[in-house]
Amino acid sequence: GRARPSHSEPRGRDGRGREEEMEGWQQLYPGYIPTSPLQKALLAAGSAVMALYDPYRHDMVAVLGETTGCLALPNLRDKMKNHPEGYRILQERPRIRLSTLDMGRLQGLPDGSLGREYVRFLEDNKVSPDTRMPPKFVDDEELAYVIQRYREVHDLMHTLLGMPTNMLGEVVVKWFEAIQTGLPMCVLGAAFGPVRLSTRKLQVLATELVPWAIRSGLNSSCVLNVYYEQRWEQPVESLREELGIFPPP
Amino acid sequence: CCCRALLSRPHGALRPRRALAHGPEMHFGFQTVTEEERREKIYQVFENVAKKYDVMNDSMTLGIHRLWKDILMHKMNPCPGTLLLDVAGGTGDIAFRFINYVRAVRQRQLQRKLKHQQNLSWQEIFESYQKDKFNSLGDSQVVVCDINREMLKVGKQKAQHLGYSEGLSWVLGNAEELPFDDDKFDVYTIAFGIRNVTRIDLALQEAYRVLKPGGRFLCLEFSRVSNPLLSRLYDLYSFQVIPVLGEVIAGDWKSYQYLVESIRQFPPQEELKAMIEDAGFFKVDYENLNFGIVAIHSGFKL
Repeated sequence: GRARPSHSEPRGRDGRGREEEMEGWQQLYPGYIPTSPLQKALLAAGSAVMALYDPYRHDMVAVLGETTGCLALPNLRDKMKNHPEGYRILQERPRIRLSTLDMGRLQGLPDGSLGREYVRFLEDNKVSPDTRMPPKFVDDEELAYVIQRYREVHDLMHTLLGMPTNMLGEVVVKWFEAIQTGLPMCVLGAAFGPVRLSTRKLQVLATELVPWAIRSGLNSSCVLNVYYEQRWEQPVESLREELGIFPPP
Repeated sequence: CCCRALLSRPHGALRPRRALAHGPEMHFGFQTVTEEERREKIYQVFENVAKKYDVMNDSMTLGIHRLWKDILMHKMNPCPGTLLLDVAGGTGDIAFRFINYVRAVRQRQLQRKLKHQQNLSWQEIFESYQKDKFNSLGDSQVVVCDINREMLKVGKQKAQHLGYSEGLSWVLGNAEELPFDDDKFDVYTIAFGIRNVTRIDLALQEAYRVLKPGGRFLCLEFSRVSNPLLSRLYDLYSFQVIPVLGEVIAGDWKSYQYLVESIRQFPPQEELKAMIEDAGFFKVDYENLNFGIVAIHSGFKL
């Protein structure tokens, strides 16, 4: 098994030396893939098209978020840094996963509490917090955590807003998130998601749900600055009031 | 220049890798691995890509891979009765083309025969037609051999879906150690497979062994583009676009990164020709397709 020596040295493609490539890249974080600006642009375009074409490709929505978030993510990170609770989250890096959640305890909490309602939401919609894609294309390790946190908190958004995981519910949550985070992916999702809805649903969306989502989004303080893991006992309504989310229609 | 900025990956991300485990060092794309690790990684790559293999081929090559395979078949020009071994034949593209080809040749054969039989009675014509009808392939056979179960699975499903059954068999096997006797096959093909073999020399020796005397070796594979301008465009496309296609279509960046890297690591035309000659083949030659993006190497066991 003699290793084959490399042949004519290829010129550095995408501006990098051959040697650097031979050594490979050490992970900024597990799953990290460095990409050139051109690749990011292609990924953004490709994932946008694919996400519209096949809404079940959640990984494409994730990729779209990562490749277009270069302005919104640092913004979000700064918002978190400048808030005491957000700052703590950035330091401690909590993860919302089945392995870290005490499902039994949460189920035992009183009705109306964040923990109980969150578990109810997971059960009713048959979803799990473990299906969130880890980030791949974010070039900063802290920003990668921010987007990961955003993804893991998404289900809690559903709980706070009282929205189910059908297309309509998702679009409403996207409107809320678009205002809150400024992530282009949320904006695109909010704008193009309704394309697949029936006229009846579109009507409800346009007249009641979206205005409410926008008002709540503008009025509410940053949802990423809430250390949810320390507030399972807090009633959902109390948390809504604290944040500034108006009661769902 | 702005080209560099557009095409370069973040510098902060680059840090040297630790040296890997013991064992002879080989390449897996641009990484350095042991022989065993390489086999495992390649197995995993194809396990992951199997279901989307055909879609990806069409996307990456804009359908041109079909033309390349057609050209291979025309070069082979098999006559009915040929026994073909298609190694790394996974999803069956070469095998199906072979069957179509010999079927068409056989049809023409039968038609010519009928034309010469102008003075036969209806009964005699009917009988001869019956006899030949059940032999639409003229005893031609193709064995598809692949090391990867997932690829074979996809191939078998495709065959069923497209209606191929006669003259076709599927065998799980390693190109470096084929599960066949000596001097068995008329033609041996390996299309876009030899690049993934860990010991190419062994695969070539095995090819020589299982071919009958007079048998032909045909290899269709990505190769070296010598034209400098074209080479740069090709590199640009390969490294910037293909992994993106892999991520968007198949949800798998890394396998397609491996693919484009492995093409760069593979021996160029003349070197492969020398290796084929080393295995004992004669009249070894190659034909470049699309300026060397792909090459067909051919040799005979004499």
